[in-house]
Amino acid sequence: MKLANSTVALVIAALAVGTYAIRVSGVMLRDKLKLPEGVLRLLPVAATTMLLALIATAVLTNGDKWELGIARPAGVLAGALLAWRKAPFIVVVLVAAVTAAGLRAIGVE
Amino acid sequence: MRSIWRTPDADLIRDAAALSVAAGVIGLSFGAIATASGLAYWVPIAMSLFIFAGGSQFLAVGLLALGNPLAAVLGGLLINARHLPFGLAVGPVIGDKTWTRLLGSHVLIDENTAFAMAQTDPRRQRQAFWLVGALLFVTWNAGVVLGVVVGGMVGDPATFGLDAMFPAALLALVLPSLKDKVTRTAALAGAAIAVLATPVLPAGLPILASLLGLLLIPLVQSRQPVTV
Repeated sequence: MKLANSTVALVIAALAVGTYAIRVSGVMLRDKLKLPEGVLRLLPVAATTMLLALIATAVLTNGDKWELGIARPAGVLAGALLAWRKAPFIVVVLVAAVTAAGLRAIGVE
Repeated sequence: MRSIWRTPDADLIRDAAALSVAAGVIGLSFGAIATASGLAYWVPIAMSLFIFAGGSQFLAVGLLALGNPLAAVLGGLLINARHLPFGLAVGPVIGDKTWTRLLGSHVLIDENTAFAMAQTDPRRQRQAFWLVGALLFVTWNAGVVLGVVVGGMVGDPATFGLDAMFPAALLALVLPSLKDKVTRTAALAGAAIAVLATPVLPAGLPILASLLGLLLIPLVQSRQPVTV
């Protein structure tokens, strides 16, 4: 089904306004809410938890089901080992990409 | 004020630039995929400028191509809901003035949240947030426009290993925080919950469900006050 241009524009507008509202409310509420000390200490922990969840789902799923390949986890693992050994960030990301791309180039998916 | 806006360190610029180039290539494929799925050329461009959240944009394009506008809005907002707790965490980093926070909110993404939180010094935190946010905004949008123009000539970003690059980059940034036992426990449990929940929950919810990992904190907290 082909959607009308006006419908698509409305979807984009709703997503833009909604996403900005989500972002700005977190940023602005931080000071307004007068959160208790315990909650303030939890915020960075919560952010790290969600970031690690993003990483884990990006590596181990394709968005709606589990997908255990070889190339992608191997690339991320190579990068993670280098990061753990305190390699510079740029080396970490390049090695991760080259490892995954190299494995795919020789037919390992 | 001047000290805060001093030129960022060379290593910060280099790292931010590396991630931004990769984001530009992902943007390239987003622009190409969106137009290939039959959407008008302005759709991916408007999305990238005004929504500026890659995951939700890919989902929305897929659902619009299937003729499902309502699911595109709801699904996209669900994926972006994580930005609220991100905003709570990095809000003070963005700036002290209202207008800087209003502007910074639009470029609040996973990458600059991770980059800012990986810095210890407040000046570098602010620089990292703005540098990564601004650079990614430019390269992502430029990539999308280019992808719309060149269309079908764009290859799959996985060929270049970019699907491994982004998780590795974020992992390198969160690794230092995982040294803390409380954070490590919550984050590992949360990541496991998110992966396990992915096949059963709609996109976006598994990431929010990872916050359940915080419930394990009392089990590992040593400094727990003794209540009588």
